Amino acid sequence: MGHPRTHAGPAIAVSDLRMRYGDKDVLTGLDLEIEAGGVTALLGPNGAGKTTTIEILEGFRGRSAGDVSVLGVDPAHGDERWRAQLGVVLQEWRDNGKWKVRDIVTHFAEYYKPYTNPWGADELLDMVGLAEQAGQRVRTLSGGQRRRLDVALGIIGRPALLFLDEPTTGFDPHARREFHELIHRLTDLDGTTILLTTHDLDEAEKLAERILILAGGRIIADGSPDQLARAASTTAEVKWIQDGKLQIHATEDATDFVRKLLATDDGKVTELEIHRASLEDAYLELVAQFEAGEAATAVDAFKEVTR
Amino acid sequence: MSTNTLHEYRTGWKRALIETKVSLTSIGDLMGFIMPTGIAIVVLLFMQNADFEGAPVSLGSMNMPSLIGMNVVFGGIMGMVGALAMDRTNGTLLRAKSMPGGMTGYLVGHLASTAMFIGASAVALLAVGLPLFDGLSFATPDRWMTFLAVLVMGVVATLPIGAVLGAILDNPRNMGLVMLPVMGLVAVSGIFYPITALPGWLQGVGQVFPMYWMGLGMRHALLPDSMAAVEIGGEWRTVTMFAVLAVWAVVSMALAPRLLRRMSRRESGSAVAARRADMQRDW
Repeated sequence: MGHPRTHAGPAIAVSDLRMRYGDKDVLTGLDLEIEAGGVTALLGPNGAGKTTTIEILEGFRGRSAGDVSVLGVDPAHGDERWRAQLGVVLQEWRDNGKWKVRDIVTHFAEYYKPYTNPWGADELLDMVGLAEQAGQRVRTLSGGQRRRLDVALGIIGRPALLFLDEPTTGFDPHARREFHELIHRLTDLDGTTILLTTHDLDEAEKLAERILILAGGRIIADGSPDQLARAASTTAEVKWIQDGKLQIHATEDATDFVRKLLATDDGKVTELEIHRASLEDAYLELVAQFEAGEAATAVDAFKEVTR
Repeated sequence: MSTNTLHEYRTGWKRALIETKVSLTSIGDLMGFIMPTGIAIVVLLFMQNADFEGAPVSLGSMNMPSLIGMNVVFGGIMGMVGALAMDRTNGTLLRAKSMPGGMTGYLVGHLASTAMFIGASAVALLAVGLPLFDGLSFATPDRWMTFLAVLVMGVVATLPIGAVLGAILDNPRNMGLVMLPVMGLVAVSGIFYPITALPGWLQGVGQVFPMYWMGLGMRHALLPDSMAAVEIGGEWRTVTMFAVLAVWAVVSMALAPRLLRRMSRRESGSAVAARRADMQRDW
């Protein structure tokens, strides 16, 4: 369905990417490799460098140092043929507001014709659920409809790689749910590789097969939602009452600890509880510390938890 | 030219047709043109009762062609500057950058639609002006040719000037920096009163810029030849007029691609967001 793969390696390969604005380091040696296919979420608190990273990958922004390859090409030197294989959906697009929805879709498909067989307007609008709005002017669409149009325009050239930057910011729960369903439909359709950024863990867990957490200018955690959840919960807190007193013990092997505890307590231990830190707890902690300006501590603490 | 480049130009042309359709069906766009032009024509109608130093044609009729010339310059410069500034804020330019050949298509489309809009408004002004004002002559083919030549030359000279200014100006907030000087030029270009009434040094300033020459060219096309007596040196200076406009066209065409490429290179999502935040702070 999508573009025929024109290169054999990973869809995205980044090593030691650095970005510095003036004397502020935003990316401090980011390493990343994403295989073709599937949805990857780049998760991180606001200001962690997600947008900078994705703009470098899209070829919209230069970099200070490091090697970057997107679909086998350095984005700084990507030509129009390379550009035709990418889809880009930005945070807030308000372009061409006076155009009719069908006109914009039909016209933008034209640009891809020398390179691929783009979607037909009606077929595409139907897929993103905007068939009824085809005759409307773009600026009369609701926020959620507008973003679905942006997705339609992002995938119009059947991209091999689609970037979604904070796609659901400012959505109500209903619009968000509809949007998530659309993303699921996209991944079912063809082998398009999707990289999305979000600061919302819940969204990342719902949409992505792989989550990369970006903080302090590099990737500090990488895995499936499941793996990350398990990693975050290796340290458990064991609580119990013994001789009328509350006892608390933190351990990495709660099962072993409890087995030994109960084997020697002569029946005095009551109200035993094992509490595992969830990924959400760990992530929220990270965000809180990040926003308090303690980026370094936050990263260390999070790594400690998800090691 | 490769086939892909050709395709980009063709797509740009299609964009121009859609843009024109959109402009013609948007009340706001139409009123933005009709209101100021309508007011100017009404003012000129009142000026029909006045004349300049016994010239054979009233001041109102004298200024009607100048108004057409001014409109071409205004439309060319502000049409490009306004669009490039707005389209950078709302992401149209970034969208173009995200598509293969999108930036070429966008620029070709915008140049073509602005040119069509200028051409259409010049013809509309002519259609309104001829029956309303006494003493205009537009009956012979040589007049039609002069009108067309001046119009085309004006479009060719002012669109790239607009593109250069629009590429330099990176925030709609600063539109006044272009708007005010262009308005100031109207005053020293002999649009609403003959330039010879101004002190010599101001006449000199006026003659540097295309506005004066466009007014002169349109007067040449539409006024009786005896009216040349009112102009500087008592003649239409046709060759000088085309030469000055050509110099502006060549210089700005040489600068425009470089500046537009720089503008395109700097475009990114965060740049758009920053510009928008900046505007919201101000308003």
